[in-house]
Amino acid sequence: MIQIPCPHCGLRNETEFHYGAEAGVAYPDPNALTDSEWTKYLYIRANPKGWLAERWVHFAGCGRWFNLWRNTITHDIGPAYLPFTTQPKSPGNFGQEGSEA
Amino acid sequence: MREVRFSFDDIIYRGHQGEPMAAALLRSGLLSITNSTYHGRPRGVVGLGVEEPNALIQMVTGAQESMLPATMIELVDALAARSLTGIGSLPESPDEARYDKTNRYVDTLVIGAGVAGLQAADEQLRAGREVLLIDDKPGPGGHLRDVALDLPSALRDVLTHKNITYRSRCTAVGLYDQNYVVAIERRIDNPGNSAPPGWSRIRVWHIRADRVVLAPGAFQRPLIFANNDRPGIMLSHAAATYVAVHGVRIFSRAVVATVDNQGYRDAVRLHHAGVQVQGIYDARPRAGGPSVKAARAAGIPIRFRSTVLDTASNAEGACRSITIQDLDTKETFQKDADLLAVSGGWTPIVDLATHIGIKPQWSEKHAAFLVSHSTDRLCSAGMLAGDFGGDDDPLAFFGPALDSTQARCAYIDLQRDTTLHDLRRAVGAGLQSIEHIKRYTTIGTAHDQGKTSGMLTIGALCQLIGDDQSGISGMSPADVGTLSYRPPYVPVPFAAFAGRERGQLSDPIRITPLHQWHVEAGAVFEDVGQWKRPWYFPRPGEQMEDAVRRECVAARQGVAVMDASTLGKIDIQGPDAAVFLDLIYTNMFSTLPEGQCRYGLMCKTDGIVFDDGVTTRLGKNHFLMTTTTGGAARVLAWLEEWLQTEWPDLKVYCTSVTEHIATIALVGPKSRQLLQELVTDIDLSKDAFPFMHTRFTTIDGIRVRIARISFSGELAFEINVAWSYARHVWERLWALGSAYDLTAYGTETMHVLRAEKGYIIIGQDTDGTQTPYDLNMSWIVSRKKEFIGKRSFQLPYLKATGRPQLVGLLPLNNDEIIPEGAYITVHNAQKDEYGKTRHIGYVTSSYYSPALGRAFALALVDDGLSRMGEEVAVPIGNKVLHATICDSVFIDKDNIRRDS
Repeated sequence: MIQIPCPHCGLRNETEFHYGAEAGVAYPDPNALTDSEWTKYLYIRANPKGWLAERWVHFAGCGRWFNLWRNTITHDIGPAYLPFTTQPKSPGNFGQEGSEA
Repeated sequence: MREVRFSFDDIIYRGHQGEPMAAALLRSGLLSITNSTYHGRPRGVVGLGVEEPNALIQMVTGAQESMLPATMIELVDALAARSLTGIGSLPESPDEARYDKTNRYVDTLVIGAGVAGLQAADEQLRAGREVLLIDDKPGPGGHLRDVALDLPSALRDVLTHKNITYRSRCTAVGLYDQNYVVAIERRIDNPGNSAPPGWSRIRVWHIRADRVVLAPGAFQRPLIFANNDRPGIMLSHAAATYVAVHGVRIFSRAVVATVDNQGYRDAVRLHHAGVQVQGIYDARPRAGGPSVKAARAAGIPIRFRSTVLDTASNAEGACRSITIQDLDTKETFQKDADLLAVSGGWTPIVDLATHIGIKPQWSEKHAAFLVSHSTDRLCSAGMLAGDFGGDDDPLAFFGPALDSTQARCAYIDLQRDTTLHDLRRAVGAGLQSIEHIKRYTTIGTAHDQGKTSGMLTIGALCQLIGDDQSGISGMSPADVGTLSYRPPYVPVPFAAFAGRERGQLSDPIRITPLHQWHVEAGAVFEDVGQWKRPWYFPRPGEQMEDAVRRECVAARQGVAVMDASTLGKIDIQGPDAAVFLDLIYTNMFSTLPEGQCRYGLMCKTDGIVFDDGVTTRLGKNHFLMTTTTGGAARVLAWLEEWLQTEWPDLKVYCTSVTEHIATIALVGPKSRQLLQELVTDIDLSKDAFPFMHTRFTTIDGIRVRIARISFSGELAFEINVAWSYARHVWERLWALGSAYDLTAYGTETMHVLRAEKGYIIIGQDTDGTQTPYDLNMSWIVSRKKEFIGKRSFQLPYLKATGRPQLVGLLPLNNDEIIPEGAYITVHNAQKDEYGKTRHIGYVTSSYYSPALGRAFALALVDDGLSRMGEEVAVPIGNKVLHATICDSVFIDKDNIRRDS
């Protein structure tokens, strides 16, 4: 079980969190998109080997959503950051070639 | 040591308190403990600890554990156990022992209290760190315990240091990311432990450590030769320990087969304990070092480049004579012996390291896979790290070449009775990956999870694949790699993981403020999520069917009351609340006047219906949303997600108030009359208080909010009151209600009433693939505004024909209630080329309606809305029911009763 640094509550066990897939995918203007673009927004998310910026919510704690760099291979945890703030640099290059992010 | 008596297969044995049961059985002469599961061959003790593959025991006393190795059971007076062939059985009676868990954060966790673990602990303590030291044995020392040596003086003080916690009989069963370790501590089964009553039997430790030191030690491994499974054939270290430490005197003549110097050390121990060691047969061409010197000094004959080829048994199946083969000349000769002690090299316990994906590295020098991993946070020590501490000098040798007859009785996995022959078949079938071979042969899948057989499989595989492919023999284990072990390292009783969260404590129970009334009224309850809800209220002598019909009639013809307090309730406030709700719901809420209510449907972005409920506007910037009972948490999370991650500029605050507000639904044509008796300061008449309006008032000075909301299609009033006053209001209704024959109803009647009106239950009449259009609810989809999911309605696959749509279903036989979930086919359906009948949908809700005087159902049917009046078939087992598709609203289509 990994531990995740909630920006509000500090380091807590993974069981207090829910996962929200790739971070930084903004809700688009639905009517500006073709069917295929809209379907891509609905269903397609980056799932690289290596570092990925992800959304998490501390549902059993403060209830807040935040973003987190996590390595999908090593499960290493990188920096956490709040929505609508500048994304910190990826903690490493490992696996970046597989990333669409 | 105190003498104890215990029984095994109903025979009384003597032993010493605290010693392993295996030792006492051996000392009593019980060599053959069980018959093997598949081949029925006699088997005896092989090992010393958790690696034991044969001597599995079913406990009769204590918690009656179903499968424990006799090597791990510590004797206690009056213990009783049985032998086991195959799988153990769980006791009939519940396990009354207590189980609990603890969480621990430490600077350093050291796994293994052998010399390496103690040294690591010492080092960490000197560096000022707090240490938790755990070990699965009853005491510290590891290997030293087996040779009856005390701890070296330098390590004696480690366990008394103020910063160390040492737990014996505590087995690390899983290593997870970020140094999270789960361990199992056995606390009261061991003798000499005067555990106070009430102590938990097993404690699960959840440990998080800054550093983890893995010092688990190693298992000795056997060799592969013909008939290598007979009682009397043991790992040499185990044999020497049972003889030298535990006083087992049943062996007179021994043969030692070895690939390393451990075999020599064990031969010397056997010799000194009075066993005549016929010879050491060493697969190596030469050997040196103190261990070899000691064996020579003891006068034990040594022969290099030789090993065991086969064994023969006596009438009882135990080892009697041994065939030795010269590995160069292939000459064979016999030796009589009742003990064959085998030293096939050491296999360090890599299990925990592989749990987190560390790949052990093959070391030819050690003839073993090692973990040399070393970071600030995790490192290995002792044998796992390659520190074998002696002059072992092992050869990577796993057994002599065997012909096909010999291979059939050359066992690799004793528990699974898998042989070299089975392994050859697997390779012959084209399998090469160790993971595939494991699954094909079942090697390593039994109770012991391949603790002794895993490395043998790898070794044998190297030869087979080399031979098979290009004649190049000697493919290295490095090319094969180890198996990936998964937690738990040893079997763990489910009761330990359940801990105290059993029975009533297994899951929280949520009850409404009226729960006690329901209990007293004799309600039968059903679980809805964690909620206990009255299902129906039977009167004496009534079956469920009778009670539900009576309750339905009361609601349609008189007045009935239901506790609807479990409805999810979310208080939504803020200047942008109305704008927000317009985005969330498919229909418009910003136009809803204050003091009015509106039914709303919400979809996910993919256009699929997600939840529904009535939302009331209490003020310009204040709404109260209700959700389905099961959906409350989901919906609140959904609202929060949008507010936090997409529209942070919207000023909206959402608060769960489910358990602040109790809701009483008063339903039926006489509900107004009854309620008006209780509520005097507002006019409840149709014109003054129309459908979907809400009013605040008081009952006995208690502030209540009354709403004309109906989930039954009848004239109905919902009384909302603070949770703690609900019982009072409820009692007042009942005091006045006797004159109206007020009837309590439960969720079953609620379902019948709502289905009669075609009101859907999300999750029952939907399966996570329905749009509002599929549910014939296009009326609720706003064309004037944007909302979540709207764009998806334009997607071709959601507009396509052939989608399942919600319809009503009337069985041709009025009394036939079609089972929910039943598949629907077209009338006179033809079987297709595969002999199957294609279904066109299924029944989602099905009841008997007293109001209609017949059975009816709701169903999702492909293009159902275009099939009105069509007769369909519902095959149930061997019979076929017939039904007609109809509109999903069965009662009061014009809502005259509801709006009256």
